[in-house]
Amino acid sequence: MSAQHIAARRPGFMERERLQDFLDVFRLLGYRTLGPVVEEETIQWREVDTIDALPTGVHARQGAGEYRLEEQSDDRLFAWNHGPQAIKPLLFSAEETLWHERLMADGQVDIKQTLPEVKPTAIFGVRACDLAALALQDRHFLSQQNPDPHYRVRREALFLIGVDCAFSAATCFCTSTGDGPSLGEGFDIGMAELDDGYLVWGGSAKGGEIIDGLSLEPATEAQLNSMIQGTDRAAAQQHRFLPGETELKQLYDKLNHGHWDEIGERCLSCGNCTAVCPTCFCYSTDYHRTLDGRSAEMKRQWDSCFSQTHSSMGQFMLRRETALRYRQWLTHKLAGWQEQFGRSGCVGCGRCITWCPVGIDLTQAVAALLDGGLADV
Amino acid sequence: MFDPHLPHSAVIDRRVQESPGIFSLRLQYVDTHVQDIFEFKPGQFNMLSLFGVGEVPISIVSDPDDSHFFDHTIRVAGRVTEALSRLQPGDRVGIRGPFGRGWPMAQAEGQDVVVVTGGLGCAPLVSVIRYLLRRRDRFGDIHILQGVKNEDDLIWRRQYELWSREHGVNVQLAADMPGKAWPWQQGLVTELINTLDLNLEKTVSMLCGPELMMLAAIAQLRDMGLADQQIWLSMERNMQCGFGQCGCCQVGPKFVCKDGPVFCYSEVADFLGAKGF
Ligand SMILES: Cc1cc2nc3c(=O)[nH]c(=O)nc-3n(C[C@H](O)[C@H](O)[C@H](O)COP(=O)(O)OP(=O)(O)OC[C@H]3O[C@@H](n4cnc5c(N)ncnc54)[C@H](O)[C@@H]3O)c2cc1C
Ligand code: SF4
Ligand code: SF4
Ligand code: FES
Repeated sequence: MSAQHIAARRPGFMERERLQDFLDVFRLLGYRTLGPVVEEETIQWREVDTIDALPTGVHARQGAGEYRLEEQSDDRLFAWNHGPQAIKPLLFSAEETLWHERLMADGQVDIKQTLPEVKPTAIFGVRACDLAALALQDRHFLSQQNPDPHYRVRREALFLIGVDCAFSAATCFCTSTGDGPSLGEGFDIGMAELDDGYLVWGGSAKGGEIIDGLSLEPATEAQLNSMIQGTDRAAAQQHRFLPGETELKQLYDKLNHGHWDEIGERCLSCGNCTAVCPTCFCYSTDYHRTLDGRSAEMKRQWDSCFSQTHSSMGQFMLRRETALRYRQWLTHKLAGWQEQFGRSGCVGCGRCITWCPVGIDLTQAVAALLDGGLADV
Repeated sequence: MFDPHLPHSAVIDRRVQESPGIFSLRLQYVDTHVQDIFEFKPGQFNMLSLFGVGEVPISIVSDPDDSHFFDHTIRVAGRVTEALSRLQPGDRVGIRGPFGRGWPMAQAEGQDVVVVTGGLGCAPLVSVIRYLLRRRDRFGDIHILQGVKNEDDLIWRRQYELWSREHGVNVQLAADMPGKAWPWQQGLVTELINTLDLNLEKTVSMLCGPELMMLAAIAQLRDMGLADQQIWLSMERNMQCGFGQCGCCQVGPKFVCKDGPVFCYSEVADFLGAKGF
């Protein structure tokens, strides 16, 4: 963490006991409060009213195709590294109705937009990689010529309370993509968890006001040092990495590499990787009549470059072989995105590695594909 | 806020059966305000939906200056197009659009235009041909070259015959396997291109059809000296949204629906014909 970065934070200190009051502030302001909760042996975003619901001392052991929560003796509530989902499903719903129409007696059809009903929502414990992914999804869904109203409604209702990562999972590699482990931007309030409490600071005007209202003591030198030690430790725990973006662009020069077929033999084409990836945005639509026959609705649901239909045009399928689907995913994510969005689509969260049932690791795939092919960089 | 997912109702004003498998619909938005602000360029497309049946991308083939209606020419290909073919005047469809980037009509002004189509469909280029014919004096020679495999695949024969009667229009048809009564060439569309005497300084070529055919045509045009910037083509991919959001239509880093469907050859050269794209 750079000196400038720390100076800009000017955090205040909040004891762990005050965290409930802090949560209550949002409830009083009318927010629904989401936080990390252990469910189905993973960390999930759920509505939390009390701090007791948060995972005390829970750390996540992650590896290729492996995720296990472990309790340690500390009192930390944010020591875990992310569960299967980032913020994506809260904004870009896995399935939703886009519009609905009714056939009227006079033969006219009445078409109605079906925007989601949302409550202002504050999310506690968002990570740096989640925010980087969110910024990319914002670009995709909002900064285009045709912004998405469904995504926008949910997005505008969000209040984000980020937290620095003080530990990394073995699958994390956000230092190499430049997206973590310390919070960069895009949050309303930032937090760093220390052994006995939190350093908190405003990241937006809204967030700053709330922090000012808490009248916290400014952080001491020792507390600032602990904060830095936390993210330094998280960074040092990472051992996976991706090459720089210029090198990643060369994946398009490797379309005929034999390694695609090796992965194609192992990959189940299950689409887990695209479902957990916080930046994947593909969807398909489904337009059908409802049971009464007089109404119809247009739905969209997440699609994936691993699905049968993604590359189908009637009888003709562009990517029948799994190797081609994996190639589509990796080349798009790491190279194609650069042309489309000005940066690679990977924020180094490692979810696709953790949640792949056969443990395929994109960092290894990239190393194998680019190995010996970097002579001209 | 404008919702790009939301269709507007349009009513069928006229239906023409062009050939056994092809029909045209003349449409008008029910909401006159929507019709008034509807503007498009040749090569752009609409997403056409039929109540609870499905939604498909279809090029707009009418002239951009005809502001009271717009036309689609559709070939029955499967479930949705089949259902659309049963519609009659007075019936309604849903329309979203126009989407995509059209043909380089400004670049083509004052130039000879070589239109190359192949296979079963040439709808994205019908609009161009009509556009050129209606503004005949603004363009040089017009060559319309169409290649089919079998004679019977020329599903819109009448239209080609009509175009061939227009002044300054050179229509050439080739069938790979013609029958006895085939009055035109035997062979491939590339052989038709080969017979052209291209003015390399002032020619734009526009292609549409199966990608293998387009690749062969592109190779031929480049051999004859056309630069990549003079070669344009229209592509088709799985389209769910039509405006660069669903990701299904991507070819390498391009969204066909938004960056295309009309591309300059140089923009897609790396991926055209590459397996898996
Ligand atoms: C930009 C663009 C412009 C087009 N313009 C025209 C036109 O003007 N006239 C015309 O007749 N056809 C046009 N097509 C092709 C037309 O969209 C398909 O024939 C149609 O989607 C087939 O749907 P179906 O349900 O009848 O066939 P099915 O074979 O049952 O198709 C099932 C699904 O596959 C996909 N699909 C099948 N064929 C195609 C295809 N060629 N391109 C993209 N997706 C496909 C669609 O999602 C379709 O819903 C265009 C396609 C694109 C991409
Ligand atoms: S590609 Fe994998 S590591 Fe990168 S952002 Fe997506 S899920 Fe995370
Ligand atoms: S790479 Fe792994 S997670 Fe992704 S589709 Fe293949 S088997 Fe599933
Ligand atoms: S059709 Fe959805 S991105 Fe192109």
